[in-house]
Amino acid sequence: MAYPTQYRYTKEHEWIEAKGAAATIGITDYAQHELGDVVFVELPKVGAALTAGKTFSSVESVKAVSEIYAPANGQVTEANATLQDKPETINSDPHGAGWLVKIKLANPADVNGLMDAAAYEAYIAEKQKEASA
Amino acid sequence: MPVEYPSSGGLVGEHKAVRGGVGIFDVSHMGDIRIHTAKEPGGALRAVQHLAMNDASKLAIGQAQYSAMLYPQGTFVDDVIVHRLGEDDYLLVINAGTREKDMDWVRKNTAGFDCVVEELSDSYTQLAIQGPVAVDVLSKLTDVNLDAVKNYWFTHGTVCGLKDTLIARTGYTGEDGFEIYVPSDVATSERVWNAVMEAGKENGIVPCGLGARNTLRLESKMALYEHEISDTINVWESGLERYCKMDKGDFLGRAGLEKAWAAGVTRTLVGLEMVERGIARDGYRMVDENGNAIGVVTSGSPSPTLCKNIALAYVPPEKAEIGTATYVEIRGQRCKAQVVATPFYKRVRKTSAK
Repeated sequence: MAYPTQYRYTKEHEWIEAKGAAATIGITDYAQHELGDVVFVELPKVGAALTAGKTFSSVESVKAVSEIYAPANGQVTEANATLQDKPETINSDPHGAGWLVKIKLANPADVNGLMDAAAYEAYIAEKQKEASA
Repeated sequence: MPVEYPSSGGLVGEHKAVRGGVGIFDVSHMGDIRIHTAKEPGGALRAVQHLAMNDASKLAIGQAQYSAMLYPQGTFVDDVIVHRLGEDDYLLVINAGTREKDMDWVRKNTAGFDCVVEELSDSYTQLAIQGPVAVDVLSKLTDVNLDAVKNYWFTHGTVCGLKDTLIARTGYTGEDGFEIYVPSDVATSERVWNAVMEAGKENGIVPCGLGARNTLRLESKMALYEHEISDTINVWESGLERYCKMDKGDFLGRAGLEKAWAAGVTRTLVGLEMVERGIARDGYRMVDENGNAIGVVTSGSPSPTLCKNIALAYVPPEKAEIGTATYVEIRGQRCKAQVVATPFYKRVRKTSAK
């Protein structure tokens, strides 16, 4: 799956798409693949504050729990209600309908410090090389 | 063995294949210990009776039983499957993670017995072929009449041209199936693996990993070492007392179990179903309605067969009654659960037409 070039990425495999101060956050295709079938998603409430690098959600597959870390500071404006009944959306469309939360960025410039698609693809290629070594 | 095989559809796909069709597991990591006669027949049986809590004298040749080796205080060294190979000849199949410890334990505690102890772990690859159509798949590869091999019995026969292969109707999935023991050299074990995959093709056979092995055994409430049983959990607590024969004569752990019984059982293993949204995982705390710790989850997972979140946990006996409301602490939140009957899943046994 291609990694959208307008998104920015973290080393913990979250993506963020910012349009001005409004941003959407999700987990990457690589992350959903590592997790396997997602069966449960715990999301923050609207209004909750996100702190960059701190966990704000957890995504569970049959085999494991994975903590999700905030890519930037901000405040939750919407949580993806679809995921309550259809958590598997994260597997089928991680970069689209499987988004986790929408937030209002505290400082839109924060996003510029994250990896772009090319850097992220290089990063996961390195990870896959380590895993197969 | 990997956690899952993406080509098999991952954990859930593998799990469903075993419940509805057939899957194959590479369980060559399991250990095998043979105990047989040294000078006088009967020495091996006496050693096995001393080592393991079930009554091995009840085994016919070709029969196997679930059992366990215990520490003097009645807690678990490991659980084992004891197979009676011959007149005074036994095979103990032990867990991978405890292999060295088990081997030392067996050697130390059989030293005074008239028997020969051999570790065969590295000589055999164990393959588990599990699922309702496992019998059809394996039948294509052997001259043995598998219908004559009942659950927890075994036989020897030719499999994939390999003479005298041990074929046991055992497994760790709660489903019908077989475990076969073939020479461990890479060429042979790969050849047999590939032959089973080929024979099972029309039945949709898939290779299965540790993830599915865990969810399958959990649904069937089969114990996992360091989870439901360990060196700090005793037989009474674990609910495995039907495999412990206190009246068979003395054995390692018997005196400790008598003492533990007299002292009273303070926790017991129960099955849980989550009532509120949330998944109980291994090591999570069990709490009461006031948030006080009352126990611990030993295994927990979504159940792919039941589509519910299930768990096994130790709780005080007074909180163990079926239907009791209880709570699991999940990331700081109390999440409601309910004690339910186990096993969570029980296969429908085919009624024999014989």
